[in-house]
Amino acid sequence: MISFELDGTAVEAASGETLWQVAQRRGIAIPHLCYAPQPGYRPDGNCRACMVEIAGERVLAPACLRRPTEGMKVSTQSDRAVFARRMVMELLVADQPPRAGAHDPDSEFWRWAERIDVTESRFPAARRWAPDTSHIAMSVNLDACIQCGLCVRACREVQVNDVIGMAYRNAAAKPVFDFDDPMGESTCVACGECVQACPTGALMPAALLDDAQQRIHYADRSVDSLCPYCGVGCQVTYHVKQDRILHVDGRDGPANRRRLCVKGRFGYDYVTHPHRLTVPLIRREGVPKRADDRVDPANPWTHFREASWEEALDRAGAGFARIRAAHGRGALAGFGSAKGSNEEAYLFQKLVRLGFGNNNVDHCTRLCHASSVAALMEGLNSGAVTAPFAAALDADVIFIIGANPSVNHPVAATFIKNAVKRGAKLIVADPRGQALSRLATHALRFTPGTDVALINALLHTIIAEGLYDRQYIEGYTEGFEALRERIAGFPPERMAEVCGVPAETLREVARLYATSRAAILFWGMGISQHVHGTDNARCLIALALITGQIGRTGTGLHPLRGQNNVQGASDAGLIPMVFPDYQPVDDPKVHAWFEAFWQAELDDRRGLTVVEIMRAVHAGTIRGMYVEGENPAMSDPDLNHARTALAELEHLVVQDLFLTETAFHADVVLPASAFAEKTGTFTNTDRRVQLARPVVPMPGDARQDWWIIQKIARRLGLEWNYAGPAEIFAEMAASMPALANITWERLEREGAVTYPVDAPDKPGNEIIFGSGFPTASGRARIVPADVAPPDELPDSDFDMVLSTGRVLEHWHTGSMTRRSVALDELEPEAIAFLAPRELARRGLHAGAMISVETRRGAIEIKIRADRDVAPNMIFIPFCYAEAAANLLTNPALDPVGKIPEFKFCAARIRPLASPLYHRS
Amino acid sequence: MLEQKGAEDFGDGSTADGVSQPTEFGFDAQSEAEIAEHIKKYPPGKQASAVLPLLYIVQGQMRRQTGSAWVPRVAMDAVAARLGMAPIRVYEVATFYLMFNTSPIGRHHLQICRTTPCWLRGSDAIEAACREVTGITGWHETSADGLFTLSEVECLGACVNAPVLQIDDDMYEDLDHDSTVRLLEAFRRGEKPKPGSVTGRLTSAPEGGPTTLTTLQNQGPPPEPAPPLPAE
Repeated sequence: MISFELDGTAVEAASGETLWQVAQRRGIAIPHLCYAPQPGYRPDGNCRACMVEIAGERVLAPACLRRPTEGMKVSTQSDRAVFARRMVMELLVADQPPRAGAHDPDSEFWRWAERIDVTESRFPAARRWAPDTSHIAMSVNLDACIQCGLCVRACREVQVNDVIGMAYRNAAAKPVFDFDDPMGESTCVACGECVQACPTGALMPAALLDDAQQRIHYADRSVDSLCPYCGVGCQVTYHVKQDRILHVDGRDGPANRRRLCVKGRFGYDYVTHPHRLTVPLIRREGVPKRADDRVDPANPWTHFREASWEEALDRAGAGFARIRAAHGRGALAGFGSAKGSNEEAYLFQKLVRLGFGNNNVDHCTRLCHASSVAALMEGLNSGAVTAPFAAALDADVIFIIGANPSVNHPVAATFIKNAVKRGAKLIVADPRGQALSRLATHALRFTPGTDVALINALLHTIIAEGLYDRQYIEGYTEGFEALRERIAGFPPERMAEVCGVPAETLREVARLYATSRAAILFWGMGISQHVHGTDNARCLIALALITGQIGRTGTGLHPLRGQNNVQGASDAGLIPMVFPDYQPVDDPKVHAWFEAFWQAELDDRRGLTVVEIMRAVHAGTIRGMYVEGENPAMSDPDLNHARTALAELEHLVVQDLFLTETAFHADVVLPASAFAEKTGTFTNTDRRVQLARPVVPMPGDARQDWWIIQKIARRLGLEWNYAGPAEIFAEMAASMPALANITWERLEREGAVTYPVDAPDKPGNEIIFGSGFPTASGRARIVPADVAPPDELPDSDFDMVLSTGRVLEHWHTGSMTRRSVALDELEPEAIAFLAPRELARRGLHAGAMISVETRRGAIEIKIRADRDVAPNMIFIPFCYAEAAANLLTNPALDPVGKIPEFKFCAARIRPLASPLYHRS
Repeated sequence: MLEQKGAEDFGDGSTADGVSQPTEFGFDAQSEAEIAEHIKKYPPGKQASAVLPLLYIVQGQMRRQTGSAWVPRVAMDAVAARLGMAPIRVYEVATFYLMFNTSPIGRHHLQICRTTPCWLRGSDAIEAACREVTGITGWHETSADGLFTLSEVECLGACVNAPVLQIDDDMYEDLDHDSTVRLLEAFRRGEKPKPGSVTGRLTSAPEGGPTTLTTLQNQGPPPEPAPPLPAE
């Protein structure tokens, strides 16, 4: 502690504390503009609004930068300091538009100006810049800019997007986007961090301003909740005006530290889209179901009629009861949702198991990380990450394979970028290039589908060169000898021919990973969505285990989860093989426990998975389905097949926000609650259980999902009477050892708790498996894998490789993001990404329309040139209903994880003659 | 009303608005050789320190290849890639320093120093002469024949030879109206007059020869060098 004198009072400062922080702590307000006391922002000391006087020093000092020393005498209120601060403000006020005409009269700047009573200036104004309204979501009005550089720090140091810079010099200095481009035409990824940081209103959410660029909207209340999109689990504050979300700020949550991405910050308005379902719908008599039928979501009345809740629920429940009675308990299935809360997921799987009488309950985890979870369960007996993504900050080496975090987990990517800036080495392995490749020490663009070859070459090098951690292997693993024998057949030289990465590079990467003090491994769908997805994950697990890069600070295995609650929905039991908390349905002890817990007879056979259920519909064994918040008519592989199956169903109940492509084929459509309308717990990719709160009321006659599920359960003879999410959570937690010591009250109090937790008053364990694993032997199992080709290789008929995924602005099947004005404006149409070289070779050009065909279907889509895509490859996001990539994808399954091979199939392209896109 | 700031306001010519940017740039052999020289001055991981020399190298290559010494955006991207920097960091540097032209200029860049010493010694007359010869009326504009671009610069550090005019990379000193006209006429004819003082004096020696220490001349042989200090 450092003792010094602040305004005549003896005070103490902790090491590293600045004068501003000590003053703040003691209730002394010192103005600050270029300093944001927020995580990730260093003080810069350029605006001089926080000057204080230090006895014995000739000049004043900026309180935001200066740290006290022993015996220092600081005066924050001396005449000289106060006069200097007022003068700084007066000089800045001179160049501002007057407060009455300010872009944001409520900005930090004007609040401080008012507080120190300097709102007018004697100085002449400088010439200023014109507004830049080129971006749909953000307005740039540099006439209010004070060049404090917070936007530059936001873009460069916090989010590490490096779009904003301070260009020109002296009086002409100003923040610019790229090369002084209009914001909307720059490489800006619209994370909005600069808008959140700007203290003057020079950068603002466009939604707050009128055409004259003056703020006309002010929130009348604010609600702390979460972001509805990916698995990162950002905490946000929603600002609400007249029950509509006005704008969004990042909160200081443990996962996001106030950061957000474009989806979280600007993608909130889908909840009030005119397509929202506001009344229950029943299919009109005599409207046939056709696989290729389409319904206008704005006008469902061609196929549906309005119904009362009573009638719709009766119809929904009676349909299930009828099929169950006529065809037995195996004839029904349910798809739950990874977008809903833990409580909804728990209730839904319980409904299927008790009401339908079988275990045919699955959800989209089957399509994203089923193989990763299968491999993790097999190896570690735990399906979750071993360390949070922020552990990257403590790592020396970060290895990312088959994932594109800056697009799919943008806020997680910021922490990885922070780590690289701090000096960590980054390895990126992916057939496609990506934004992170630029920061990587090794960017391996390997041949698609050769993941096992690549990782086996790394394992081979580590074992051959003795770089493995013998002590760790002996202490905590089993199966190393088998791996050692098997891996001998995979030397880097041979694997280089398979995966296209030079042997020496493979060796360098292996050495880098194995010998670093702390290395962490991230993977995504590029690993899991293959017929050898489980093998891919097994290899990665082996990599971490034999090098002991697990269970310590800065190490671990982290499969990045794609949806906001895919971790929680899996935990809660939306999986056909397991009850809540991954307890096998066919384990007699577990089965008996749950029969007692739920006081019901349960099926002890594993249920069917997503793709298997569709096949069973075709086969006629499954006749009725309940789909809650999922859209298999867009997300399943080989959609023609999946949509035919949906159309063949005798009884389909869809519960959703919109009339999705799946709902086109429904008998009953139930209007559900959006994320922003519900209370519930959600578990992020870090195993962090967080509480969401209702922000706005539900539209029309929409209802809470848990309420709808309960009503249907009651119509299937279950006497459920839950009062709400808190009660459901309590029951769920009682069946899940992982949730021990996490209570609803604790979540209300703390907002976020990471499982596992040792005691009610102890924080959760962020990094697990420091000393052994929850397996029978206490050891992790190393499982070797052989190289296997993808299911469908290119040939002379279909000569290219098709891969699918996401774009930054759109999420999952696009049902939400394509109904967000800003997001759809930023990425408005279906596009296929191809390498410029490939385009040149084929005489095609960006903007042209092509037909992409596989053995399963064809779509028409516009070309975008992208150097990140390998030649001979096509990348198509699967979010576009008008050109659904999954009409093309291959439903071949990984034998263990039952995940389809979305990342690889054979395809061909054909130019379409279109006068609109004719080359001039 | 608000007004867009353009190059005219600040005379830095650094706006990219309306500039026809090339779509490709590659370093030529001479540039590559110069780059190698500069990059090796810095320890590994600190190559970004070479950003200023590299921007000069780009500008020189553009002069050789196009006759206009400027730094296109695509070349800044090439510099960024070569030095492992984010492109925005290079843009910041290039727009900060007036020595880098971020839009095309004429064949010769006339840079008039208008800081106090040159101004007191007649830089107004230099400016007038430049405008007469080139027909340029504003700042950072290019003459109709494409030969000259006229800029105003801050102190060039040659006050003892004021007033001065920098043409491309060379200093022309001790100018007045008429000598400036003659100088520019020579450039117009394609000649390259010798840089330095146009009055013929040696660097900044007094006009008409030395005026101090004259009595030390021809005073016998120089004194013996002092004996070395005794060893401690």
